[in-house]
Amino acid sequence: MIQATGVSWRYGANPVIDGVSVTARPGRVLGLIGPNGSGKTTLLRLLYGALRSGTGQVLVNGDELSGLPSREAARRLAVVVQETGGETALTVAELVLLGRGPHLSTFQRAGRADHEIAARCLARVGATHLGARAFGQLSGGERQRVLIARALAQQATHLLLDEPTNHLDIRYQHEILHLVRNLDTCAVVVLHDLNLAARYCDDLVLLGRGGVVAAGTTDEVLDPTVLEPVYGIGIRRLDLDGAIHLLFQPIGHPANERTAA
Amino acid sequence: MTATLPKGQADLLGVAAQRRRTGVWLVALTVGLILTGVVAVGSGAIAIPPLTVARIIGHQLVGLPGEVTWTPPQEAIVWQVRLPRVLLGMLVGAGLAVCGVALQAMVRNVLADPYLLGINSGAASGAAAAILFGAGAGFGQYALSTSAFLGALAASLLVFLIARSGGRVTSIRLLLSGVAVGYALYATTSFLIFASGSAEGARSVMFWLLGSLGLARWNALLVVAAVVLGGTIIYLTVVGRRLDVLAIGDETAQTLGVSPDRFRMRLLVVVSLSVGVLVSAAGSIGFVGLVVPHLARRIVGAPHVRVVPVAALLGAILLVWADVVARVLLAPQEIPIGIITALLGAPFLLVLIRRLHGAGA
Repeated sequence: MIQATGVSWRYGANPVIDGVSVTARPGRVLGLIGPNGSGKTTLLRLLYGALRSGTGQVLVNGDELSGLPSREAARRLAVVVQETGGETALTVAELVLLGRGPHLSTFQRAGRADHEIAARCLARVGATHLGARAFGQLSGGERQRVLIARALAQQATHLLLDEPTNHLDIRYQHEILHLVRNLDTCAVVVLHDLNLAARYCDDLVLLGRGGVVAAGTTDEVLDPTVLEPVYGIGIRRLDLDGAIHLLFQPIGHPANERTAA
Repeated sequence: MTATLPKGQADLLGVAAQRRRTGVWLVALTVGLILTGVVAVGSGAIAIPPLTVARIIGHQLVGLPGEVTWTPPQEAIVWQVRLPRVLLGMLVGAGLAVCGVALQAMVRNVLADPYLLGINSGAASGAAAAILFGAGAGFGQYALSTSAFLGALAASLLVFLIARSGGRVTSIRLLLSGVAVGYALYATTSFLIFASGSAEGARSVMFWLLGSLGLARWNALLVVAAVVLGGTIIYLTVVGRRLDVLAIGDETAQTLGVSPDRFRMRLLVVVSLSVGVLVSAAGSIGFVGLVVPHLARRIVGAPHVRVVPVAALLGAILLVWADVVARVLLAPQEIPIGIITALLGAPFLLVLIRRLHGAGA
């Protein structure tokens, strides 16, 4: 469980996140949504300690994150960031094995059990065949899956992902989020695509103008009257077979006006 | 077809095969290093057969063979002159190589080398002060090395202070402060040469700058070099996994349990100390620290736990051979070893650039 209370961050004089509180509950997937520049990634970085808020606090399983040794923090939080590390000459297998690092002491090297975990995680993202390839030579989508495998290999109690569906084709967008959803861990996902958020998140936090505009279950937050002013776009919601689907229509779009008239 | 292999039997991820390969390379390079040592000690203005060299060293070390079948001058050349020189060459070569590895990971740049931080410029200023103005004369036979080391220490401190002035030691800040300090101290050295007005002194400084193992003796310097550089090699091997993570990126490092700023700071201390010692002992010998890490990565792949020991052995072998060439080519005159390493290193670097482009396309 991650509980952030009253955290803030500013770039220069611009507060991006201002006194925000969010809670990610065990076994649930929390989605962070909001328009560009609303501070989704910044909030996520505050949650895993890459940024240290001057105000408030972040608790991970009840302990203050800033007080945890970095290795212990890495056993609790596995993160897939957008920094790809495309320059590295490591192979995919070597890269995924680095996920075992937080569980190994300085003088210990990865053993058989670690290799099995790494292999299993690669298999889960459908990347077993990439094991011997150089990470730097993979396509964007393949890289993303490998980075998720590394995060899984960390076997942390929380998984945080910054736009994990970037670079992925439609099939892998769903496969990866399906995978995240079926983990026992608490997951926090930054998502652009509201329909993916609708399908795979239990709870949502909608960010806008430095703060939380709405927070609650996916059903509560994905309310067109809540979303429309934040995104500045017309939204229709369809509930089909128990699933939420959002349709978008630009406000002021000619087609829109014709139907209105 | 790897996907169809039963999980338990496949060499998962090919790691075991890679470890065997690395083991074979380490053994081969160690044998190569020993042979290099014996041949290098035998080479020079007066050639001594390798077998005799081995006998003399064996006799000195463990008293075997007990019977002396060589001349006293031969023994003096092998034991007093060339062996310490070859050992220093090995230490300096290994040290340059592993410091290059560490710096390339620290600043995430394949063109980083041990002199990136301007430490050699500091050492050069110190050496110039010693050669031209007799600085550190109180240290007797160690005057030059001590003065150079103090210069290196001053440069490291400057880099250190500038790099952490913003609170965080980022790779770009480290790079910029190294370059700035390097240029400032380079100017200082030039000024010292200019101010001394001694043509002979200027020549000595230049000779020192190009590197030489000529100062090698059985003395405290060799012991210091062995301890510091040996310690550095061990340390960098032990933290290999953290170097892997740091080389990927700060954000990744942090999420994998490595605090990038703190780790970079520790590396900076270790590397500065090493570079300071080896530059004080042998001048700035270029290209070894730049080229050998790439060579090592080609051989055993990118993980630092493998790259560091392999680079150390390769660097040691390479530098000893460069020194042999430096001693033999225009014998009895000795060429500065930095000229040899640059001649060898530059074409290698060009090949590397071609390869890099090939991989990108």
